[in-house]
Amino acid sequence: MTFLDYYKILGVSKTATEKEIKSAYRKLARKYHPDLNPDNKEAEKKFKEINEANEVLSNPENRKKYDQYGKDWKHAEEFEKAKQQQASQNKYSRQGFKSEGHSEQDFSDFFESMFGGARYSSRQSSSTKFKGQDFNAELHLNLKDVYESHQQILTVNNNKIRLTIPAGVENGQVIKIKGKGGKGINGGPNGDLFIKFKISNHTQFKRAGNNLYANVDLDLYTSILGGEINIDTFKGKVKLKIKPETQNQTKVKLKGKGFPVYKQEGKFGDLIITFNIKLPTNLNAKEIALFKELQKLR
Amino acid sequence: MKTQQFILIKTLCSQYNIDISFVDSLNKIGLIEIEIINQNQFIHQDQISDLEKMIRLHHELNVNIEGIDIVFNLLEKERALRNELNTLKNRLRLYEND
Repeated sequence: MTFLDYYKILGVSKTATEKEIKSAYRKLARKYHPDLNPDNKEAEKKFKEINEANEVLSNPENRKKYDQYGKDWKHAEEFEKAKQQQASQNKYSRQGFKSEGHSEQDFSDFFESMFGGARYSSRQSSSTKFKGQDFNAELHLNLKDVYESHQQILTVNNNKIRLTIPAGVENGQVIKIKGKGGKGINGGPNGDLFIKFKISNHTQFKRAGNNLYANVDLDLYTSILGGEINIDTFKGKVKLKIKPETQNQTKVKLKGKGFPVYKQEGKFGDLIITFNIKLPTNLNAKEIALFKELQKLR
Repeated sequence: MKTQQFILIKTLCSQYNIDISFVDSLNKIGLIEIEIINQNQFIHQDQISDLEKMIRLHHELNVNIEGIDIVFNLLEKERALRNELNTLKNRLRLYEND
């Protein structure tokens, strides 16, 4: 449990007036409000802190209590006394108002100890219906996992959710699952669950959108004379004709052999092959002689 | 059009403790779309999440209607830029570890 200096958090002095506290809170809230900083965990944390600081310092009774015991945090004995006393006097319900971005459960241990986890709100009435908190989760998958649509059971906050992962989902993409977030308050709708996909790629292919890229080694003779080679695609091997006199770094596009297009069943991107021509090494005397003959012909 | 996907504005205002004029102003500026069904004003459930955000910005941060419009436009731009950044990061991987 870390001691939080609420005055420092709001950037005000210990003698600050209510008006100064309110003004400092408003200023910081405008900067760090979760609605203005989506997906910013640092801002979310900061907002919780300033919200907590404001909850305490804007209430004269709580501020007095905080001033009395908060600064003597290191004197555990005194604090424990205060805590016990506070616990017996605590008349507040733990079921306060909750809305997205700043929920009671996110208040610090320090706040819980000092004020029993109660949340005070002057604006909303207890009967106001509110949407539950939105949850954010990350799902780590391999590239192979998202080549085909499949179902997966996720456990989020002890709830099992059957999720269909559509083929072609992108790394970093976020999908919303309606109503699978926190429970609604006073009969309000449940929050939503936002799942961010983290896709790692351990294959020989590189992915850019729906297209796949791969390098294929080609021996000198096939590159000069042409021929047929077997190459790997994501779905298996295919035969590919090589044109005579194929140059190093030539790119060939295999239509429809790339990655599935998200939510467009049966549609695929392309596979782009880049040829790396490998020159023979450790030539024997006969090979050198033949190359010299070829050289004379040019 | 399924009416069960629409929520009566009056009900919404009483649940969120907001004045109907606030919702009207949001509609006028184009931040939400109000549907009239049988002379009653409704909002589609898909817009509720945005509306809640607007209520929070207005009440918690004292942002006026024009400010909310600016905030939403900037957030939309930020979202598009983040998506673009994500796409570019994924493309950049093509040239990494070569």
